[in-house]
Amino acid sequence: MFIKQISVFIENRHGRLEEFTTLLGENGIDLIALSIADTTNFGILRAIVADNEKALRLVRDHGYTANLTEVLAVAVPDSPGGLAGVLTMLRDGSISIEYLYSFVRRVGKDAIIIFRVDQPEKAAALLQEKGVRLLSQEEIV
Amino acid sequence: MQQPSPHIWNKHVETMDRASLEALQLERLQETVRRVYQNVPVYRERMQAAGVEPGDIRSLKDLRLLPFTQKTDLRDNYPYGLFAAPQEDIVRVHASSGTTGKPIVAGYTQHDLQVWAEVVARCLGCAHVHKNDTVQVSYGYGLFTGGLGLHGGAERIGAKVVPTSAGNTKRQLMLMQDLGTTAIACTPSYALLMGETMRDTGMDLSKLKLRTGMFGAEPWTEGMRDQIQNLLHITALDIYGLTETMGPGVAMECMEGRYGLHIWEDHFIPEILDPATGEPLPDGEMGELCITTITKEGMPTIRYRTHDLTCIIPEPCPCGRTHRRIRRLHGRTDDMLIIRGVNVFPSQVEASIVGIDGIAPRYLLVVDRVNNLDVLEVQVELAPELLADEVRKIEDLSRRVQRSIEQVLGLSVKLRLMEPGSIERSEGKSKHVVDKRKLYD
Ligand SMILES: [Zn+2]
Repeated sequence: MFIKQISVFIENRHGRLEEFTTLLGENGIDLIALSIADTTNFGILRAIVADNEKALRLVRDHGYTANLTEVLAVAVPDSPGGLAGVLTMLRDGSISIEYLYSFVRRVGKDAIIIFRVDQPEKAAALLQEKGVRLLSQEEIV
Repeated sequence: MQQPSPHIWNKHVETMDRASLEALQLERLQETVRRVYQNVPVYRERMQAAGVEPGDIRSLKDLRLLPFTQKTDLRDNYPYGLFAAPQEDIVRVHASSGTTGKPIVAGYTQHDLQVWAEVVARCLGCAHVHKNDTVQVSYGYGLFTGGLGLHGGAERIGAKVVPTSAGNTKRQLMLMQDLGTTAIACTPSYALLMGETMRDTGMDLSKLKLRTGMFGAEPWTEGMRDQIQNLLHITALDIYGLTETMGPGVAMECMEGRYGLHIWEDHFIPEILDPATGEPLPDGEMGELCITTITKEGMPTIRYRTHDLTCIIPEPCPCGRTHRRIRRLHGRTDDMLIIRGVNVFPSQVEASIVGIDGIAPRYLLVVDRVNNLDVLEVQVELAPELLADEVRKIEDLSRRVQRSIEQVLGLSVKLRLMEPGSIERSEGKSKHVVDKRKLYD
């Protein structure tokens, strides 16, 4: 029902993001989805990768502050209003979204949107009840 | 021999011949040692452990039999453990930074305040400041000794005191012009800030009566002295002191001599020590200044290690004062920083962040001077485990750490969270300070 995302604290300094992505690349870790939240002082990089545990070990060994977070991977019809429908469902269920970002590639006709919400269990049940498809870890990678 | 300077405040004491001065010192030292032995258990126990009794102090040389006092002793005996007078005789307390969370506290009796005003009065004399002068005290007033210390001395000489305290530079300058301030006392960096503000606002220097300035509470270079003198068109003189031994007024440069500060030896006995061994060094050799107060009642300090590096200038001064001079400070033997006049120890930062979830107790203080204002950035490493991946929560953590540090330091800081391991270590030991300011010559 949930998938794992790796979250990494990145200092805002020149070349740091490149160093990070190079590290993953050199160790054969494929980035399936990626988002960066930026402030003036630091960034939080969030990524979906094939082998979470391996990625977490690797980045921590290289001095990054990181953890794994559970998020929802929601299949949203790739048509106008597709995302709005899902957001309405969550709002009606009084569920707050901490952040969301989208996959680059599609699965079938759907776009994949990653959601981090304040009440993950409730959100998952609610969406499934309404017929929204949630992807599993296996389906993602 | 030429005539002593006519500006000397207390001619009898300040020009006393060395033999009489040393006899006075010995008498007062013996009295102080007796008093702390009687009234302060910590001193008594230390002396007993060292096998010294008050009666063993027969000459000034015997001073070196006495155990040292360190800043950590003031912390360990916080707040009143080193007071030698009954609580009802204490009329004032001041405080300064300790090495960890708690400040160090100094207590003053009525007599201590009189002595303090007396030595500050002598300092003002050194700067040729008199009864007819208008003295603007732009040191902070409060627990910090700067404001009230200079204030007491300026009142003692009968000058007109303008207690502006620090800050609100434009208003300071307006009052300086309108009230006809002739002498100013503040930190040298604040003097520089005032000077640049004057220049930048196009203030007409010819409308000022400012003539002289007494600057202290932080180290400064000859380069800064030139800048201050050029910007403000005054003579800039150095005043020294520390809360543990009184406050500003322990030593002062005189207008005639310069480049050395008369230490008022009828109230303070200076020693210069080899910082490593604690052995006294001969006059002229650079070492750590150690001060014994010999008239203080509230909180006498015996052989207090200041960690300030200087040397004794034994040569007589052209001003005619017989009290010896110490050279302008040359540096510190420890990692204490002075930021906007506030003493800061890296260990205080450590104490304030230890135990906060999500961060590692590894930190670096980066001090810089931006537009003549000291800026302290504290870099703190995150723990390898990221507590939350929401920006808002990380920013909350950052603010929490910042508040915790600011509360202990009493100083605003800029906080920067760092990746683990990003703070440089040398030889396994963390380096805690990068000071980009130039403070010593
Ligand atoms: Zn002199």
